[in-house]
Amino acid sequence: MSEDWPLYEVFIRSRSGLEHKHVGSLHAADARMAIEHARDVYTRRQEGVSLWVVRSADIIASDPEEADALFEPARDKVYRHPTFYAIPEEVKNL
Amino acid sequence: MYTQALDTHGKEPAPAVSGESAAQAQRFQARVDAEDKIEPKDWMPDAYRHTLIRQISQHAHSEIVGMLPEGNWITRAPSLKRKAVLIAKVQDEGGHGMYLYSAAETLGISRAQMFEQLLSGTAKYSSIFNYPTLTWADVGAIGWLVDGAAIMNQIPICRCSYGPYARAMVRICKEESFHQRQGFEIMLTLAQGSGAQRAMAQDALNRWWWPSIMMFGPSDADSRHTAQSMRWKIKRFSNDELRQKFIDITVPQAQFLGLSIPDRELRFDPGTQHYLIGPIDWNEFHAVLKGNGPCNRERLEARRTADEAGRWVREAAAAHAVKQHRRTPQAAGGMEPEAS
Repeated sequence: MSEDWPLYEVFIRSRSGLEHKHVGSLHAADARMAIEHARDVYTRRQEGVSLWVVRSADIIASDPEEADALFEPARDKVYRHPTFYAIPEEVKNL
Repeated sequence: MYTQALDTHGKEPAPAVSGESAAQAQRFQARVDAEDKIEPKDWMPDAYRHTLIRQISQHAHSEIVGMLPEGNWITRAPSLKRKAVLIAKVQDEGGHGMYLYSAAETLGISRAQMFEQLLSGTAKYSSIFNYPTLTWADVGAIGWLVDGAAIMNQIPICRCSYGPYARAMVRICKEESFHQRQGFEIMLTLAQGSGAQRAMAQDALNRWWWPSIMMFGPSDADSRHTAQSMRWKIKRFSNDELRQKFIDITVPQAQFLGLSIPDRELRFDPGTQHYLIGPIDWNEFHAVLKGNGPCNRERLEARRTADEAGRWVREAAAAHAVKQHRRTPQAAGGMEPEAS
């Protein structure tokens, strides 16, 4: 059984002005091949104007086990949202 | 394309494996019940993981093998337009295989392992691709019927509990609709053509109808994995439910084409508002799955030849990547020279 080429994650900017968004992954021997494969695999229907490929091994992800520790503290801080504040109806432009 | 009752292969997944705490399993099922999506790094029962690896990889193999019957007609397509369309469609099937292999890899199986399973014949793929494409009308019938059946199967998987599989399927379903429509258009053109062309269309329908019906897999009574897959929300409808939906939408399309479905017992039942079909030849289905369909050996041989013939290209690309990396490690990325 042969070894796989490195895995790359693919990100596409669908049009100018928008951010790159993750769409999937693929294997390639090098960065250039990763871009070319990403073009063939993920943009056959004009899905994008720009590609990023990142070696999957270089991505550092948060651990789902830590999700509570990381994100729970934001849950009880609803005062960070504008809808938290009651403003009389007659007051405009707020 | 092209999943079928791929959930029927392999062993019954064990409900709970020792070492997994009941509490974890319970939390997992609660998330699934709440329509929360499961992502690669989340805890999941081993049986869920293995069921998905089997289903997604076999689905991927089906896409890859599915390129062969249609690829057979690329050089003989009747016009430049049809040729361009067919190339695009076959390229899409290759792309679908790639999306699915990627999704399966998130569960911890490598691409090389999956290829090995396909080439060694231990992995299954959809039985439909073991039938030959004898005439140009077969390309139409495949798009119309085989892709039609696949769409019926795949749309519910867009809501599958496993995130990467569901996302791959959304992408695939978007592209699949072109496949079905181009197939129907080929059938329509032939059906409105000369007597010989109509006969060719009818012959293709005769040969592809039952294999397409079988794509939905064994009847519910014989489908061992349906209940567990439904609890896990990998599957949303039973094989028979999906099969009936497909029959109900396809029979009127055949009538529009002026072609007859090769089933003397087919009738519309006003009570249930469904088209009822005659008995399915399950012996044929099982024979094809076991490797004894008309083209099983030819398909696997074609994949092995492609793998073997492409070896030097892969080796050259890898050697080039290593060389580039030596020169400019930052720019090249990719494969690093082995430490010596």
